Amino acid sequence: MLRLEPRATPSTALMLASPLVALAITVFIGVLLFVALGKDPLAGLQMFFVEPLKSGYALSELSVKATPLILIGLGLAVCFKANIWNIGAEGQFVMGAVFAGGVAMHATAASASWYWVLVLLAGALGGMLWAAIVALLRDRFNASEILVSLMLVYVAEMVLSYLVYGPWKDPAGYNFPQTITFLDVTRVPKPVSGLRMNVGVGIAAVAVAVLTVFMARTYAGFQLQVGGLAPAAARYAGFSSRRALWTALLLSGAMAGLAGGLDAAGPQGQLTPYIPMGYGFGAIIVAFVGRLHPVGIVFSAVLMSMFYIGGELAQSRLGLPKALTGVFQGLLLFALLACDTFIHQRLRWVAAK
Amino acid sequence: MTGLTADSLALLLAATLNAGTVVALAALGLLINERAGVLNLGAEGMMLVAAIAGYATGVQTGSDTLAFAAGALAGMAMAGAFGVLVIWLNTNQYASGLALSLFGAGLSAFAGIQYTQQRLPERAHFDIPFLADLPFVGPALFRHHPFVYLAVALTIGLSWFLLKSRSGLVLRAVGESPESAHALGYPVRRIRLLAVMAGGALCGLAGAYISLVYTPMWVEGMVAGKGWIALALTTFATWRPARVLLGAYLFGGVTMLQFHLQGQGVQIPSQWLTMLPYLSTIVVLVLISRNPTWIRINMPASLGKPFHPGA
Repeated sequence: MLRLEPRATPSTALMLASPLVALAITVFIGVLLFVALGKDPLAGLQMFFVEPLKSGYALSELSVKATPLILIGLGLAVCFKANIWNIGAEGQFVMGAVFAGGVAMHATAASASWYWVLVLLAGALGGMLWAAIVALLRDRFNASEILVSLMLVYVAEMVLSYLVYGPWKDPAGYNFPQTITFLDVTRVPKPVSGLRMNVGVGIAAVAVAVLTVFMARTYAGFQLQVGGLAPAAARYAGFSSRRALWTALLLSGAMAGLAGGLDAAGPQGQLTPYIPMGYGFGAIIVAFVGRLHPVGIVFSAVLMSMFYIGGELAQSRLGLPKALTGVFQGLLLFALLACDTFIHQRLRWVAAK
Repeated sequence: MTGLTADSLALLLAATLNAGTVVALAALGLLINERAGVLNLGAEGMMLVAAIAGYATGVQTGSDTLAFAAGALAGMAMAGAFGVLVIWLNTNQYASGLALSLFGAGLSAFAGIQYTQQRLPERAHFDIPFLADLPFVGPALFRHHPFVYLAVALTIGLSWFLLKSRSGLVLRAVGESPESAHALGYPVRRIRLLAVMAGGALCGLAGAYISLVYTPMWVEGMVAGKGWIALALTTFATWRPARVLLGAYLFGGVTMLQFHLQGQGVQIPSQWLTMLPYLSTIVVLVLISRNPTWIRINMPASLGKPFHPGA
């Protein structure tokens, strides 16, 4: 019979191959799904893997989706490496958008041209504060960060909904649940006219570099990872698990909040109840598929953005539901977890007893 | 306080039991797999898929029995996939459960699109003969869907099973010390898989109850965090069935209070009231987790930890 046994050393080759195998499995199931739905599988695959890369415009749209995923994914990777399960990034994203929107609404015609920087900082602060609640309750009261961070997603959505239906509603907005359209000084600059791509791409690139150095080259990053891999060793070495908790949660909250701020002051330009779009949950998959490594996260965020855009295209051009995106994202994570098994273990044939 | 007549109090009680039943069924299921040492964070996803599976079957066949069976089977199938991953392939239980939740959200939204406009056929209402006609207690307690009583029966049955029966003892042994159970010759992994599938089936029933009875329709994401609240409930109940039921009714009361307050014309924006169940879950978690020793004593010792039978 076949048996799984632990490998002496984890397989490096499989560590890199596993996401690709998982992607292949997902594509295979996708092809079966297209056939089952009576659609041409090649046309389907084209929507997901060719169209999103085809033109400058398409690449710009891809960047608009990939930027928040990279930012949130980077923060979550730090959390997951430290074995802290922040799964409420969606709520931190929403609070980032709310804080950023609050600051953006106060801009006047006389505001400085760099006002958008304040807007983004407010976004990061909003996400950080929302995550700080999780850290505080975990630190002081030992409450599960998984459940608290998730419950706070629903609370954040309700706060947003209250604001846009209530005090922040645009008086000239025909009673639609939305704020005023933010002034131009609050909007993040777009380097190429006519494209929605914005400076968020640059911010994400800097974040990737900073976090690569932080995790691989700094003592604090090392302490975080030891705490996640071997809590007992970390305690023995005197690394503070409380500091790791606060660092990881505040950092990931700020990153998610920054992504929310970029969204509000970028493509959205106002707050509506449709700010939460699932980036916070999608970024969980991004972090895992990217091997919790900053550079890997860039690749997986681009891949996930292709899923988002492919889903939208499949809806408009093939008449397939957009929810296909969620199915593929979930499948990808499942396939990855299954493939990852073989990094630390191998299958061996043993004679039946 | 004006306006709280006996009639409206009876209705509030009835609504509380109804809302509590949803989370009670799911949390009792999760209790089974957690007692066996497996933490399944996929409750929300299983409930969503079961909700649409049950609803679709209900619309197509008109049979409640088949609809609930479909929900239970859907939950069980998803739990089975999760179980094989975490029990045999030793994948991380947190990550795999999350994957199940994310996948379930996507799959249910995808499968449910054609059912958003469809309505369930009319079904007969269930009253307990005679008792239902009693004043006050009739409308409060005896005009419910059979599942409301099933949840109570299940709580009693599960308490007996876990604490008094031999199989329950084995299940707890697997959760407390899989090594000892293995040494005694019990098939730890098979028992864990069965427990996970039982948990999935009950989460499935809870999901189907939402779309068939609680809010009889299909809306994307309609479970709205009840799966996560059920997960919180098992901790709140320190893994005891009776306390799960009590906690579920408390949660149901908080959920229903918002509708009651709105009905009374209380001037609070609806969003603050909608937050209440989530906020109270956090408060309860904080209160219950404050004492780590108490949690440690009550928590199944191997919860969330993989088990490798020695070669």
